[in-house]
Amino acid sequence: MTLVAPQPSGANMAPDSPTVLTVDRLTVSVRTETGLHPLVSDLSFNVKRGETLAIAGESGSGKSITSLAIMGLLPPPAVRVTAGRIALGTNDLTAMPEDAMRRIRGDRIAMIFQEPMSSLNPVLTIGTQLAEAIRAHQDVSWAKARTRAIAALASVRLSDPERRMAQFPHELSGGMRQRVMIAMALVLRPEVLIADEPTTALDVTVQREVLDLLRDLQRESGTAIILITHDMGVVAEMADRVIVMKSGRMVEEAPVARLFKAPSAPYTRDLLAAVPRMGTRTDSADPAATRTPAPHVAQLSDVVVRFPLKSGVLGRISGHVHAVEHVSFDILKGETFSLVGESGCGKSTIAKAIVGLVPHAGRIKVADQELKGLDTAGQKALRRRVQMVFQDPMAALNPRMRVGDLIAEPLLIHGFGTPESRRVEATNLMLRVGLSKDQMDRYPHEFSGGQRQRICIARALALKPDLIIADESVSALDVSVQARVLALMRELQQEMGMAYLFISHDMAVVDTISDRVAVMYLGQIVEMGTRAQVFGNPQHAYTRRLIDAVPVPDPTHRRGQRLQVSDEISSPIYAPNQHPKRVTLHDIGAGHMLAED
Amino acid sequence: MAAYFLRRLIQSALILLGVSFITYVLLFVLPADPVRQIAGRAATAQTVENIRQQLGLDQPFLVQYGRYLANLVQGDLGRSYLQKTEVGDLITSRLPATLLLMLAGIAAELVLGLTMGIAAALMRGRFGDQVLMMTSFVTVSAPQFVVSLLMLYIFAVKLGWFPIGGYGTAAHLVLPAVTLGILGSGWYSRMMRSSMIEVLRADYIRTARAKGLGRARVVLRHALPNAVLPIIAMIGIDIGIFMGGIVVVESVFGWPGIGQLAWQAIQRVDIPIIMGVTLVSALAIVVGNLLADLIAPFIDPRIRLR
Repeated sequence: MTLVAPQPSGANMAPDSPTVLTVDRLTVSVRTETGLHPLVSDLSFNVKRGETLAIAGESGSGKSITSLAIMGLLPPPAVRVTAGRIALGTNDLTAMPEDAMRRIRGDRIAMIFQEPMSSLNPVLTIGTQLAEAIRAHQDVSWAKARTRAIAALASVRLSDPERRMAQFPHELSGGMRQRVMIAMALVLRPEVLIADEPTTALDVTVQREVLDLLRDLQRESGTAIILITHDMGVVAEMADRVIVMKSGRMVEEAPVARLFKAPSAPYTRDLLAAVPRMGTRTDSADPAATRTPAPHVAQLSDVVVRFPLKSGVLGRISGHVHAVEHVSFDILKGETFSLVGESGCGKSTIAKAIVGLVPHAGRIKVADQELKGLDTAGQKALRRRVQMVFQDPMAALNPRMRVGDLIAEPLLIHGFGTPESRRVEATNLMLRVGLSKDQMDRYPHEFSGGQRQRICIARALALKPDLIIADESVSALDVSVQARVLALMRELQQEMGMAYLFISHDMAVVDTISDRVAVMYLGQIVEMGTRAQVFGNPQHAYTRRLIDAVPVPDPTHRRGQRLQVSDEISSPIYAPNQHPKRVTLHDIGAGHMLAED
Repeated sequence: MAAYFLRRLIQSALILLGVSFITYVLLFVLPADPVRQIAGRAATAQTVENIRQQLGLDQPFLVQYGRYLANLVQGDLGRSYLQKTEVGDLITSRLPATLLLMLAGIAAELVLGLTMGIAAALMRGRFGDQVLMMTSFVTVSAPQFVVSLLMLYIFAVKLGWFPIGGYGTAAHLVLPAVTLGILGSGWYSRMMRSSMIEVLRADYIRTARAKGLGRARVVLRHALPNAVLPIIAMIGIDIGIFMGGIVVVESVFGWPGIGQLAWQAIQRVDIPIIMGVTLVSALAIVVGNLLADLIAPFIDPRIRLR
């Protein structure tokens, strides 16, 4: 692989490249009892050879339905193309019988999906899944197909491709699986590759690897890419042209530079304004540094959480997952303290330890009370002081309870008030988080994702806690909704003065909301300080790696330097007598703590 | 792996011990008196008492059970009260016939049930699906002896395609095995249908279709192994219910297996035979579950035996 100067992926595309796919006034509708309802209306666009077209939009905008329509994979019989045509060369895909369409899928148009964890068949080897993709379209022997599959795995820079062939999906990391998906999609050199949220489920550094890879492979093969994403950072880095969709309609189409510089549609402007960006916060005066020392709401010192792995007849302990290793930090009254890191770094385990859901070693004090040694009543009293808001509000709300009862339930559990006073309190909380009184008797499924998260926040507020733990609370929300929920959280904090422990993998969100930040890697904190210290002057290599990997929603800022691709699966599992190397933090000035290497 | 087998072995021994205890308790509290059965209606009170003492049935429960266990660990299942032969010999002479019928019956219920389930899942919501699910409903709810007698009447008595009863040739095996298959197929077709419908919605099925694979390969190579996993665990559990069907079918078709033996023994309160057959059935269930657990990792590499 030669290192080429960074450039937009389509930069080597001649301006008169031939059009490979044309979508012409496409309408896709779903049949319901009340008739046909359009999911995508009157959509037209084309894609040229070697070009990357991004289709951007929030959930429900019809971007995934569009991709499934092109693939001929719309869920039958309810959803179908009701008007328009999709032309691949001279063929109209919408008029094609299933057998002819089957021969096009995977050969001339390929697709990769969002969830690398579930998109590969768990019971078949990587080799079988790759080789069958070749044999579905070309009359070659298994041996020949396997040879080509190995070459395809090498082209997506998987180490040791021959060994990978015999492995099963669960033996690979998420990023490696997504690279297998890419190898599978590109092995037959399709004219069009549809990538539906290809990096949304991946950690930010892995996302960077996958995006780099897609760009390189496109440059070599000339495949046109239709990139479906909600992430404007990814759009800015990858796309040549962008279509913005809303509620099944195109609201704007523009070359990427123009879209970001001068968006014409009001919706695009709102969408871009809502995108969290790193380093855009203007309050350079650091509140945490200048503030007079506030009292602690939580203190962790030398906290260790390990989970035993058992094996053998008697369940002997064969190792430990070192989820959290010697972590110490304080959360001050009224501040937002953030834990950032990639999946498996232990950030959620810390949250669980603070509310007493996992056993820990070391000391955790909440409201000046030591967590360990509390009796049941003491634990219950302490739980009043700390409340949690989780990632998936639908899963966090009992679907069979009315939201008014859900919000009042913490009061009921802790025995506050009368049914009437609790109802009044729940009404006030509903109003406070921006919902209306007449929604009290509805059920969770009648609300949107953002509204459900507001309900969860109202429920967390019911007991007037000192600390709210927000574990990826805004990660599943569309950016415009996310921005509003974050604004609400900030408002509530100023009004009520509780502290947040904000747990997130999203660096830009953390940068917009935090007072202080701790960066975690494999169970340990490697860097900690005020937001300005950590984001403005990152010192640890891992912090820098994380910050560099974040796609910047600005097409003029395309990076050149690429990350080292690595197939090592770093793991916090050690044998019983082994321990990870302990990092010690030391102050490099004004409370900016850095791990010594 | 060795540790795994050791643990399963210990578990199995405990299960068999528990089964033997519960069965013994049930037989002990049963109002039927085995001694009356042996002595006959005309016997005097003295004769009855003598027989009772001879068989040790006058002893307290724990003594009786303790003696039974002590013999059991030496491989002695006791003597039949009425047939005056060793229970062990009776069972070993009849076991091959039952095993043959079991294997054929399980094969029949799986072939019928899985085929119906897959077909119903692929035709989901359409007329064919409704017909298949109606059929499975009938087979699940029909009493075993009614189905057995009906099969016997139609295919042996009326049509004369198969012998009316007995044992020996392949033709003798067909009716009892198919009857067991029909009786069991309803459960499997319903489970297979819902399992298949769920798997067909999975992301990796969409990937397989996006690769341009044909429908047959998507269903058989990609969906089937994933859908059949929960069914395999069920086979192990189902053997207990299946043994109940065997008792009925063996009796109706005159199949000389341990089901028929059990049927006769229950009518005459022949405790040693009932105990012996119960323990063999329990052993079959334990072995069936073990086999199911051993097969699973071959289908799904994520499953580890621990």
